[in-house]
Amino acid sequence: MTADTPVKPYDIGKVREDFPVLHQEINDHPLVYLDNGATAQKPRQVIEVLDKYYREYNSNIHRGVHSLSEKATGEYEAARNKIKNFINAGSLQEVILTSGTTASINLVAQTYGRANLKPGDEILITEMEHHSNIVPWQILCEQTGASLKVVPINDKGELIMEEYQALLSDRTRLVAVVHISNALGTINPVKEIIDLAHAKEIPVLLDGAQAVPHCPVDVVALDCDFYCFSAHKLFGPTGTGVLYGKQALLEAMPPWQGGGDMIRTVRFNETTYNDLPYKFEAGTPHIAGVIGTGAAIDYVTAIGMENIAHYEADLLAYGSEALSHIDGLTQVGTAKNKAGIMSFVMDGIHPHDIGTILDQHGVAIRTGHHCAMPVMERYSIPATARASLALYNTRDDIDALVEALQNARKVFA
Amino acid sequence: MSFDMKDLYQDVIVDHNRSPRNFGKLEDADLSLEGYNPLCGDRLTLYIKLNNDIINDISFDGSGCAISVASASLMTEAMKGKSTKEAESVFNDFHHLLTDEEPDLDLEKFGKLAALAGVRDYPSRIKCASLCWHTLNGLLDGSHNSISTE
Repeated sequence: MTADTPVKPYDIGKVREDFPVLHQEINDHPLVYLDNGATAQKPRQVIEVLDKYYREYNSNIHRGVHSLSEKATGEYEAARNKIKNFINAGSLQEVILTSGTTASINLVAQTYGRANLKPGDEILITEMEHHSNIVPWQILCEQTGASLKVVPINDKGELIMEEYQALLSDRTRLVAVVHISNALGTINPVKEIIDLAHAKEIPVLLDGAQAVPHCPVDVVALDCDFYCFSAHKLFGPTGTGVLYGKQALLEAMPPWQGGGDMIRTVRFNETTYNDLPYKFEAGTPHIAGVIGTGAAIDYVTAIGMENIAHYEADLLAYGSEALSHIDGLTQVGTAKNKAGIMSFVMDGIHPHDIGTILDQHGVAIRTGHHCAMPVMERYSIPATARASLALYNTRDDIDALVEALQNARKVFA
Repeated sequence: MSFDMKDLYQDVIVDHNRSPRNFGKLEDADLSLEGYNPLCGDRLTLYIKLNNDIINDISFDGSGCAISVASASLMTEAMKGKSTKEAESVFNDFHHLLTDEEPDLDLEKFGKLAALAGVRDYPSRIKCASLCWHTLNGLLDGSHNSISTE
């Protein structure tokens, strides 16, 4: 929490009114949506912007001379500017629009990675990565002969920083780390991770999919080289995401996908590529999605990311405490520095059964490996149940979760 | 409560989950096959001992949710002593029971297996109940190295 941005409580009732999905019954119970780590619900301000685009100015962007195309291009590029300001990027050239976090990471692997890695080089990731920050690097290793190194975590789900430092070697060419773990909730010490890597002139990519909806992110203050996130976890549409990259790195990277928009001139004997950010934006993008992302950013910015982080931290403390009183429940991921993700297992009840019973109480959570199979292996469990918070959740939601979990225990008593 | 979880988690299922029958590796098995449901991490291995085409003995081990464990437990009970042809017939009936829009089947003929009929109303859980059955089917037709529901 920075000193110049005092925390202001926001009107939770008013916020909840903005999310139409929340106001329904599931299996005769009011919906309690605690699967925000998978995707967040959308406020009407985002839904209305999508509706307006398709009703009033649907058209393709960038080369049209007619009014609708100019309007669409203007709104699209205005959204890019909102994204730039939201993460404090240095320029619009540094904001590449993609289909999501996964595409952003794959883009870096297939351009920066293929151009810069050779046999014997190493990519350093961590044991708590989502599959989308593991598999693109494995593919890259197969293509280049580089190898993947993994920083282990402790029993609480925190990175073992001594191991990280030991694994940062003269062969390390890239560090790719999750900002906030989707399976454990751990907030990684990313500034320290970046500073240590930079001391050896190693660039760092952050997977910010779970971080951006829950805390302020300033890519300049972090000094990260790449930052990836998705709009749909940030109350925006699916199929839209962002790759932030430092301009010098992006300039030097070859393009990824070829197609329209990413070219300047095309001849059969020679094609020249467009400038940043368009060099990495081949094909017609998810125009409505990007404009909707801008609306989502307007929405959370109006509430204030500091305020959201503070609100969720309080809710997490309340939730963790409540779960700790349920007999036979063990929380998985108890890092000191944690975001609003509560993973747990229960004695004698498989997570999948917990999920079904909770759904019958209207409580939506996620069960399974959360696309982080190595994390499950680390704790020798097949799966966890996971309740993940967002800015619209309340203590009543936590109480409903606890009541449903008590009922699950009764079913299996 | 406005619903009855007992439809899904009937006493029979809770009991077979807590104390699965025919649980453990069959040391002198003629055939074994692993079934895996990546969605929830259920992993069961099925073992059978055949005498000509009669299932003389059958067991399973592994771990999974209540539905998959209870289903495997109930299935092994029901299959012991059956011919492979009869097993195939029960598999088909059971499959219809879980997946047909309007199964035209008499629940009574399923005996204890009828306890699993409630899974019909939980589409995301049908794979849990059918994992062991697909594994048995794969084992008997001998065409698979392992079975995955995904």
